[in-house]
Amino acid sequence: MGNTRMFGPRKVEKGLFQRLRSLNWLIIAITMFIAATGTAMLYSVAGGEFEPWASRHIMRFGFALVIMLIIAVTDIRYWMAFAYPAWIAGMILLILVEFVGDVGMGGQRWLDIGFMRIQPSELMKIAVVMALARYYHARTFVQSRRLPALFLPLLLIIVPAALVIRQPDFGTGLTIIAGGIIIMFLAGLPGWLFAAGGVAVAAAVPVVWQTMKDYQKDRVLTFLNPEADPLGAGYQITQSKIALGSGGMTGKGFLEGTQSHLNFLPEMKTDFIFTVLVEEFGLIGALTVLLLYGSVLMYGLLIGIGCRNQFGRLMASGLAMTLFFYILINIGMVMGLMPVVGVPLPLISYGGSAMLTWAIAYGLILSVATHRHVTLAPKGSGLA
Amino acid sequence: MLAGLQGLALTALGGRLYYLTVINGEQYRLRADKNRISMRLIVPERGEFLDRNNMKVAVNQPDFTVFLVPEQAGDITETLRKLARVLKLDQRDLQKVRRQIKRQRKFLPVTVAQGLDWRTFSRVNVEMPDLPGVITSAGLSRYYPFGRHLAHVVGYLARPDEDEVALNRIYRLPGFKVGRQGLERKFEDELRGVAGTRRVEVNAVGREIRELPPRQDAARGQDLQLTIDLRLQEFAIDQLKEEAAGAVVLDMETGELLALASAPTYDPNEFTRGISQENYDGLLNDPRNPLLNKCISGQYPPGSTVKMLVALAALEQGIITPETEFYCNGKHKLGDHTFHCWKKRGHGKLDLLGGIAHSCDVYFYEIAEKLDVDLIAQMVRRFGLGDLFDLGIGGERSGLVPDRRWKRDFQQESWHLGETLNVAIGQGAMLATPLQLAVMTARLASGQKTLPKLVRETGPAEAETFDQLAVNPLHLRTMRRSMEMVMEPNGTAHDLRRRKSAVKQAGKTGTAQVRRITQAQRDAGLLENDEKPWITRDHALFVGYAPAERPRVAVSVLVQHGGGGATKAAPIGRALLDKALELLPAPPRDNGAVQAVAPDKTAVKKGVVDG
Repeated sequence: MGNTRMFGPRKVEKGLFQRLRSLNWLIIAITMFIAATGTAMLYSVAGGEFEPWASRHIMRFGFALVIMLIIAVTDIRYWMAFAYPAWIAGMILLILVEFVGDVGMGGQRWLDIGFMRIQPSELMKIAVVMALARYYHARTFVQSRRLPALFLPLLLIIVPAALVIRQPDFGTGLTIIAGGIIIMFLAGLPGWLFAAGGVAVAAAVPVVWQTMKDYQKDRVLTFLNPEADPLGAGYQITQSKIALGSGGMTGKGFLEGTQSHLNFLPEMKTDFIFTVLVEEFGLIGALTVLLLYGSVLMYGLLIGIGCRNQFGRLMASGLAMTLFFYILINIGMVMGLMPVVGVPLPLISYGGSAMLTWAIAYGLILSVATHRHVTLAPKGSGLA
Repeated sequence: MLAGLQGLALTALGGRLYYLTVINGEQYRLRADKNRISMRLIVPERGEFLDRNNMKVAVNQPDFTVFLVPEQAGDITETLRKLARVLKLDQRDLQKVRRQIKRQRKFLPVTVAQGLDWRTFSRVNVEMPDLPGVITSAGLSRYYPFGRHLAHVVGYLARPDEDEVALNRIYRLPGFKVGRQGLERKFEDELRGVAGTRRVEVNAVGREIRELPPRQDAARGQDLQLTIDLRLQEFAIDQLKEEAAGAVVLDMETGELLALASAPTYDPNEFTRGISQENYDGLLNDPRNPLLNKCISGQYPPGSTVKMLVALAALEQGIITPETEFYCNGKHKLGDHTFHCWKKRGHGKLDLLGGIAHSCDVYFYEIAEKLDVDLIAQMVRRFGLGDLFDLGIGGERSGLVPDRRWKRDFQQESWHLGETLNVAIGQGAMLATPLQLAVMTARLASGQKTLPKLVRETGPAEAETFDQLAVNPLHLRTMRRSMEMVMEPNGTAHDLRRRKSAVKQAGKTGTAQVRRITQAQRDAGLLENDEKPWITRDHALFVGYAPAERPRVAVSVLVQHGGGGATKAAPIGRALLDKALELLPAPPRDNGAVQAVAPDKTAVKKGVVDG
């Protein structure tokens, strides 16, 4: 890497303090508010106790916030240079998890690295978006529309997605694919390609069905008709809908949720935490949280749109959409609009990986915002 | 465009939320309540039994029970091992518990031990933190403080069977018991009470979190007061000892049964706790039949105790007068068959009073030859034989009063005169229960249609006004005189040691043959009862009343295969009469002086005379 700048930054504040000050603190405040909501819900789930979940949730969020800010103030060129290595590192972890990963929730997903357990598939969501953004950043509109140029992006998406689905973690696998497709769409690939892809996926459904594990098949079947087996596989979604619906307009009140406190709800502190929230705070609470998520992610999209360089534009939009899928799948799942695929609600659900994913992804988005006026070399391999 | 997509998706989510929470909210609220609210029954306290003096004879006492919920027990083997040490369970108990654990769903409690004493129970409670899944409960269970004395009357409780479970939802509660025998069974509906309900909040595994008002309390079952005097009952059971026997004592003023004792008896507490197969087999195989209530379910030939009734029939028909005399030489020939008197060498010349006082069989053979059996049967029935009195205990039997019609219907044969001779001395096909004999005696003594009862309705006993018996009072007076003579010197039940000042009693003995005695046996010389095998020995009977001048209590005693009525049954009967009079409150004293001067021998009740 060279050490001379080809293009000087136009409006990037030089000092760390200025860069921090230039961040959109309203959005960060909203993020903190969402995390605080999560803390409150975990406090409720524990029966009105800070231990064991709410307290650790705060600590983790503090840690995540620091990571987010560090990433946000780090020069975007570092991140562009880091795009491919990140993808390769993610792949190595995914392969490692195949062999030495801990089994949890019916699949191999966790990698214990001593002080914490990480989920490589979560990190991979970000790495795939970064790698694709990097790929299309180096190509002109015309170049990227050529058929051979389709090969590498598809490889970048499908190989990790396949590994994740094999774990098996269908939900995260789909999120990776969806995030990749969004980037390809933003890069200006022709519409017929996506149409053809859709047809191919439809054709692949029976094949995928064959390779799915029984519990995954159950989840899909349960999603299609949850009442068929209300005490078995459909129990989770039925109880979740009862909890949501019984919350009504204003909810039963903080710490007053019966479905949650009497343990009728499954997986309350992780996948179904949104249900607890609606039961206790009702439609009003739910819409408030949706609005906050929406505003934060909408801001992410706006950063993408307003970014001068292609890498930042694609990465910010792609990451905002990836985070959005998170929320869409989780909330759709607890309301019975989607199969139960085990996707947590970032910032609110208990668990480090989703929190860390959010922090890294949103940190990158904020980094794009900080460097939105930076012009990057087309082949910019590094800090040019 | 992506922003639009996001907005659209969020709107969709919001719309779905609105649909779930607002449009269908009410429905889901109901389902959430159905999830968490469970109706639980409150067990009503069962009514208790009191004797006539308000002594409690069936009570509910705290019962300490230890349950185990397998689902919450964690390491079941380890928990059971610890429990076994505290509760001192042996391998067999543990095996039983393990079998039960396998049989039912994992969140249902299994009874590990019940009927624990307070010390053991508290020790379990102290060790609770080390015993996951162990629940202790202090409920109520039935206890009969005088179990053996009233087993046949009060009965016992048992686990409801499947048919009973279908009748009332309360029977589904774990550990709930239902009346299985005696009054416990007959008055089940009154005793049981009405279950209350309470609404409780439960969690997903059914554990109770808290109670939600309102609560509907259980209504306690009704108490039941017996007419039995526990002290007399206890005395009667002691008198009967280990014999197979029954004794009935009846208050003639009210018809109330003061004692209804059947021996041998058993401990109903064993049944309520769940009797072991071993002990149950022991009771079933005992030839003395401890489970049978001999007073109402045992039917025996009444023997000579019915002679007064035969005499009454003959007097009514004008066949004899009290002065009619017959000569007894110990034998009576009818056709080519010889009927024997119990006294081998005969009584000589006797009138009616003597015939009864000495219980001469030949005297009654003479009467029977002239008296149609249907007329005997008709008279016998007037005194309650062949009747059911519906005391409220199951198993009451009617006995048998044979007549021509019975012979025709059940034996498809015509009546033989020889059978009348047997009936006249209370043998042959004739059967009666000790209860019927006590009623008979009361009716003889009072001239009224006494009806027995075992359960007091409400309040203190009032003198019943029974119908007059359709029998000539003069004839009855003769019979009472003859029964007094039975107890006097030369009478069959005379007690040499009885003090002159003691209350005067009247009665009649009976010795009922169990086996027909063949001529060959007679020629070979009859064995004394003591020398015969138990099962072939005669039944010993005694009926009586006292005081002779003013009859107040009537008694009947049966000792199965006891031997002679005079030696085996009469002493018990005499003792019971004395004890009953001692225990009964003294009769009203308003006209006492007049009564003492002119003893009322018409046996019309004093209350009626006093008007």
